[in-house]
Amino acid sequence: MQQIFNFIFKNSNRLLFLLLLGISLTLTVQSHSFHRSKVISSANFLSGGVYQQLSEFDEYLNLKSQNEALAQENATLKSILFNKKDSTVARKLDSIKGVKSSDIIVSRVIHNSYNVYENYLTLNSGELQGVKPDMGVVNSLGIVGIVDNTSPHYATVVSILNKKSQINAKIKKSNHFGSLIWNGKNTGFVQLIDVPRLASVRKGDTIVTGGQSVIFPENINIGTIEKVYIDNQTNYYTLDVKLFNDMTNLGHVYILKGKDRKEIMNLEKRENDE
Amino acid sequence: MNSSLFLNIFRFVILLAIQIIVFNNINLFGFISPFPYVLFIILYPVNGNKSGLLIASFLLGLILDMFSNSGGIHTTACLTLAYFRPAVFKFAFGVSYEYQTIKLNDTLTPERFSFILVSVLIHHLTLFILEAFQFSLFWDILIRTLLSSVLTIAICIIIIYLIKPNKR
Repeated sequence: MQQIFNFIFKNSNRLLFLLLLGISLTLTVQSHSFHRSKVISSANFLSGGVYQQLSEFDEYLNLKSQNEALAQENATLKSILFNKKDSTVARKLDSIKGVKSSDIIVSRVIHNSYNVYENYLTLNSGELQGVKPDMGVVNSLGIVGIVDNTSPHYATVVSILNKKSQINAKIKKSNHFGSLIWNGKNTGFVQLIDVPRLASVRKGDTIVTGGQSVIFPENINIGTIEKVYIDNQTNYYTLDVKLFNDMTNLGHVYILKGKDRKEIMNLEKRENDE
Repeated sequence: MNSSLFLNIFRFVILLAIQIIVFNNINLFGFISPFPYVLFIILYPVNGNKSGLLIASFLLGLILDMFSNSGGIHTTACLTLAYFRPAVFKFAFGVSYEYQTIKLNDTLTPERFSFILVSVLIHHLTLFILEAFQFSLFWDILIRTLLSSVLTIAICIIIIYLIKPNKR
């Protein structure tokens, strides 16, 4: 007994190191699997509050560019409105099909990372506003990411610039599906993989979200094809997609509630159980 | 004793705040980011409590991980550096470093520089390996480590010179 105590006492530093190393490695490994630990994320009172303060300061400095973006969006909406025959009746062409305004939560990005392999955004709305994990996040230009963790006032979002993110997308013209991933190299480009060789792809074609995902509605803009090459291993096309969004400069975003999701999930679960 | 404790707590908070507010937003050429918060572990008193250093660096990394949504990579990197610090001291200042009065917070000498260099390299290598988490990115990890280390060391030395206690 005496010897055990002596051993513990003599090696207390090493044991402490091993204990703490165990904890930190567990956190690291957990963070690399898709469903992350709920413990360490910036959607909490402390870091959320600090980021909120910082972003309010930052937002003031960016008022000009934010105004320009809003004016641009207004101009697009106006041009749609004026170019129709009867301008008194608002047309529904610009809205995303199947999404009502009550299904959208307006939010603001208070922290944005884009310089590591696994990037996350922090938003300033949370459970109290109705945000739940696995909701889609978009802005006026295109998709941004998927909600990951939530707290009462804040939420973290897996950005599309994250090696773990995988989103169903298609070529707008031909309806060929693929998976949208990021190779971790350039913040302006993402990759669409597993596009069948049958598909006719050309530089400049538009990529939109596909209908297979339960998170995003169909036909939300993503970007345009920049480069086409054939994957040596799988013989499928891999496309470099230039994003419409500047992911390094995000202001206001919209969170989509996706009301059919629960129904679809339940149905698929029942299918699997049988 | 007490003043050194307060000095360390002060350093902990200030370096963490500067890292989160300023240096986390620096992103040269898209992939070089400095982490001068390691200065806390580097400047910790040589003969200070070792368990204290381990716990403090664990907390330091944990808070930074929370702010940057990175799981446990900063925590692991800080712990590794804190644990190997005595070995690095031995490497830089010779075997009997414990009996010398080493002040890192002073004019730069080759010994001090090599200590900072090795410490930062250990921290950054652990950090970037865990961040990438796959071996296919080996060269990428190496380049990121080297370039970020250069930037971190430069900023660390500037900070040391700025806060150097003025004797005259």
